[in-house]
Amino acid sequence: MSIKIENLKYIYDPGTPYELVALDDINLEIKSGEIVGLIGHTGSGKSTLIQHLNGLLKPAEGSITVDNIILTKEKGQLRELRKNVGLVFQYPEYQLFEETVYKDIAFGPRNIGVPEEEIDGVVRDAMAHVGLDFDQISEKAPFELSGGQKRKVAIAGVLAMKPKVLILDEPTAGLDPKSRDELIEYIRLLHEKEQITILFVTHSMDEVARLANRLIVMHKSKIVFDDLPKKVFKEVETLQNIGLDVPEVSKLVHQLNQNGFKLNEDIITLKSAQDAILSALRSKTC
Amino acid sequence: MLRDITIGQYYPAESVIHKLDPRTKILGSFMMIIALFVITPLWGYLIPFGTLALVILLSKVPLKFILKGLKPILFFMIFAVSINVFFTPGKVIFSYGFIEITMEGLERALMTLSRFVFLIITSSMVTLTTSPMALTDGIEKLLNPLKVIKFPAHELAMMMTIALRFIPTLIEEADKIMKAQTARGADFETGNIFNRAKNMIPLLVPLFISAFRRADELAMAMEARCYRGGVGRTRMKQLRFNHKDVFALVFSVLYCISIMIAL
Repeated sequence: MSIKIENLKYIYDPGTPYELVALDDINLEIKSGEIVGLIGHTGSGKSTLIQHLNGLLKPAEGSITVDNIILTKEKGQLRELRKNVGLVFQYPEYQLFEETVYKDIAFGPRNIGVPEEEIDGVVRDAMAHVGLDFDQISEKAPFELSGGQKRKVAIAGVLAMKPKVLILDEPTAGLDPKSRDELIEYIRLLHEKEQITILFVTHSMDEVARLANRLIVMHKSKIVFDDLPKKVFKEVETLQNIGLDVPEVSKLVHQLNQNGFKLNEDIITLKSAQDAILSALRSKTC
Repeated sequence: MLRDITIGQYYPAESVIHKLDPRTKILGSFMMIIALFVITPLWGYLIPFGTLALVILLSKVPLKFILKGLKPILFFMIFAVSINVFFTPGKVIFSYGFIEITMEGLERALMTLSRFVFLIITSSMVTLTTSPMALTDGIEKLLNPLKVIKFPAHELAMMMTIALRFIPTLIEEADKIMKAQTARGADFETGNIFNRAKNMIPLLVPLFISAFRRADELAMAMEARCYRGGVGRTRMKQLRFNHKDVFALVFSVLYCISIMIAL
């Protein structure tokens, strides 16, 4: 499913002294099957933007089109939109409430009217996607699980609604490195297998380098970059000026280049950086 | 929708009333309220009306803000007034079918209404002009004498402080969970009252869990900073009565006594 955002504007508390323009003239088009990273400083408008895609906030101006579902200030087919766009909030494990993992994952699909006989299959599928063992975990209470597992259950709860667009707000925040790596891998596999459109918010450029085939950078309610990750990473100075970091590898390559090396700035993985640096050193000494 | 909750709201401003000691304001409002229930002739309610108007004027709190506090009890007021108007026996001045309105009924309704409205405004004047911290400080100090009979004055005040402190936090949290469940297709806005109550479960369970978690964390953090109750605790800002407070208290006492004697 493709997403098209046109001239989107959103203001918090309009007409009061606390008025705040959170989104200012956002134009964006995401094609079906893309996996896009969204990065930006706290308060740059990322969360406001993704809440619009699910119809939780309504635009003050402009429109959002997901395939043929249109959301504007006046109208919106919210049910249809929420059926198709799955939104995983920050720290989603805090929204778990059912007695068992199974029931919690089934909550979403039941709400959108998935027939009872299909629920079991949907729950199994969703759990498999995030690597949770159905036989071991489905009858446990969600509160018995570890932090990483709870997060996976919450994500499975959204996946069970079979969204065609999946939006994740900082899916790895607060996880230990192992769970984080696992989760990223599951998201990558999910995208590969199901070919759904994925948009994820993150603070980690390394995650973007691993997952995304496109990177959007937001700053002060506006989109400042929207390009291939490796192209955006070249803008080291601009990124650092707006308070963002670049992946460690890009930083290294950039600094070496400033000091006389001539490495390819497209390099974003550790292995290719290693090869490039070694070959550069060899050709110098020989 | 949740952002409209304004329990014990404080309106910061620079005024004589704001600068009064919280104990003065608590005691003063008590005496005002006692006097309110002593007055019997209807014209007598002009006195608390005038006094409150003066206090409101001095406090620099906009009238709109004060009247907003009356909204939650609107239903209750209408109920009390209509019972008085329609069910008090006496001289009939208006009748339509089985409905009868009597002179006595009107008088009583007006009296009940004045009592209610002035009661709410008096107490909300205390919370509007006193920061929650100062208010609990004042309550603790006022309850201090009761410590002789093992009344936990400090603990009570600390509980109040914490409760007030967490109201905005919990509202924010509820808002977040509500959005997350809405994204999962939950519906909080339609259906009959039973369905709606049932639909609140996905909101209430996570909210309670997080409240307990916060309580646990807060208790731990307080213990880590060696909190062990009120014994031997000192304060950076000591409460002190000054000449303004003396004046206000003397005024309140005289006001209360003279109303008791005269009316």
